[in-house]
Amino acid sequence: MTARYRYRKFVEWANWIGMLCCISITVFFLVAILGYVLVKGAGYINWEFLTALPVPAGESGGGIANALVGSLLVVLIASLMALPIGIGAAIFINEFPSHGTGRTIRFLAEVLTGVPSIVVGLFAYDLVVRPMGGFSAFAGSVAYAFIMVPIILISAHEALRLVPDSLREASLALGVPKWRTILGVVVPVSSPALITGVVLAISRALGEAAPMLFTAFGNSFWSLSPGKPVATVPLLIYTYATGPYEDWHRKAWAASFVLLMVVLVTSVLTRAFLRGKTNE
Amino acid sequence: MSARQQVINQGDRIFYIIAQWLGLAVIVFALLLVWNLFDGAWESIKKFGLEFLVGTTWDPVTRVFGTLPTIIGTLVKGFIALFLAIPISIGSAIFLAFYTPKWLRPVISYPIELLAGIPSIIFGMWALFVMVPVVRVMQIWLKANFGWFFLFDGPAVYGVGVLSGSFILAIMIIPIITAISKEILLTVPRSQVEGMLALGATKWEAIWQVALPYSRIGLFGAVILGLGRAIGETMAVTMVGGNSFAMIHSLFDPVHSMASQIASEFTEATYSLYTSSLIYVGLVLFGITIFISLAAQFLIWRLSKGKLAILD
Repeated sequence: MTARYRYRKFVEWANWIGMLCCISITVFFLVAILGYVLVKGAGYINWEFLTALPVPAGESGGGIANALVGSLLVVLIASLMALPIGIGAAIFINEFPSHGTGRTIRFLAEVLTGVPSIVVGLFAYDLVVRPMGGFSAFAGSVAYAFIMVPIILISAHEALRLVPDSLREASLALGVPKWRTILGVVVPVSSPALITGVVLAISRALGEAAPMLFTAFGNSFWSLSPGKPVATVPLLIYTYATGPYEDWHRKAWAASFVLLMVVLVTSVLTRAFLRGKTNE
Repeated sequence: MSARQQVINQGDRIFYIIAQWLGLAVIVFALLLVWNLFDGAWESIKKFGLEFLVGTTWDPVTRVFGTLPTIIGTLVKGFIALFLAIPISIGSAIFLAFYTPKWLRPVISYPIELLAGIPSIIFGMWALFVMVPVVRVMQIWLKANFGWFFLFDGPAVYGVGVLSGSFILAIMIIPIITAISKEILLTVPRSQVEGMLALGATKWEAIWQVALPYSRIGLFGAVILGLGRAIGETMAVTMVGGNSFAMIHSLFDPVHSMASQIASEFTEATYSLYTSSLIYVGLVLFGITIFISLAAQFLIWRLSKGKLAILD
């Protein structure tokens, strides 16, 4: 064994140790963050927390039910706007490729995924809150829709791309018009991946707090009207966490737990769903 | 042409028009975003012009606004975060791709990918309640022992500041960079790596001299993605970055990033020049993000052109 060889073996071992440290650090933070939220948050979850309205600041008891409903409302309206545009644009890019604009659209979508969410909030403020004269759930939905469209578009585009042309050609050969081919053959075949993209976009939107700061704004009471401000879970977490009350902090941990559960469940379900479908 | 065929053609045409409109809607909304930002910021742009970018006063009372300290705050926190995150993520990715048995890989990488998708306020909460007390202790120790060094000569007891902000940003972007880099490293053809091993290289030498250069474009893309996230991040930084408008002198100083300034002050902005200036800040942030994104795409394009020429 030459000295050179021993040196190289040592370098190999040293780097292995180095990388083991790196992965340990990564896993450490993973466990620390997830673990902390699970442990600190789970203890405060009870039926009242999930179904009651907030009580006056600092008093214990009460819940975040209005925020849970509010988040769902804002995301629902956002999805109604984002889904047609995202999937429709993806269909346009993929099924009518003779248009060069398809590449521009796709490029823009990829650039738009990098826009900071606070800037999207500013956009929604200028577009909706100013003309409407006040904060509203609808403004929040516009902000969420802007975040969701690029995600849905890109994943839908990839999903449509995977559909083999032979399926399209078989359908056209049978005399089915192009629009029915797309809606009746291509879309259903790619639906697992399409749905996954949509669910991911929804799950992403549910967790965004920054755009809500000056669009949906927040509300201490029940509100189902799109024209009024509404409480959303991520913004509530921020308000409670940065507030001075111990009780608020506990509630913030519990709300984080709820949000984390939603994200985890969504992720696991889409994974299982996708794996199940593509194994056929 | 039969009546049925005419209907089919009409159906196709209508569908095409709808699809086209939906596609164009994306372009329209992108342009609308840019126009809206300029429109909202216009009052401030007219008053301060490009001096806004180098102005160091932000005084709502005397109505003078400038954004240099926040630009610096954003970039410093972003780059420190990147500097911390890159070795840890690439190291983790290499370990996962080459040193982990196949059955163990999904067990570790799946939770990491999960972590990449977690909303940022959860990171912010954890940082505020768990990380900041630890950083505070660390800062006090650093100041006591190395306070002569300008980077450690600051308000250590705050806990929040550049260091905390950078740390949580680093923690946030590590999962993203790791997950993408791992995928990229896994696409390196085994024949290349095995060729090196057959020539007598150690595993590390094979990785360092073959796998990493082969995948450097993709790794670069992953890093840029992380940087973009770090620069644009709002909630976590607002919670632990220390929200103060001042030129930073040390690592312990509290300082706004552009995003955290907008988040903190927008609802308090009482007159139109104030709001307009905040939107101007948003425009600058948007510009920086887009610039990084485009520059990265351009660099990737240049690098891959050169690379493909070599493969010929």
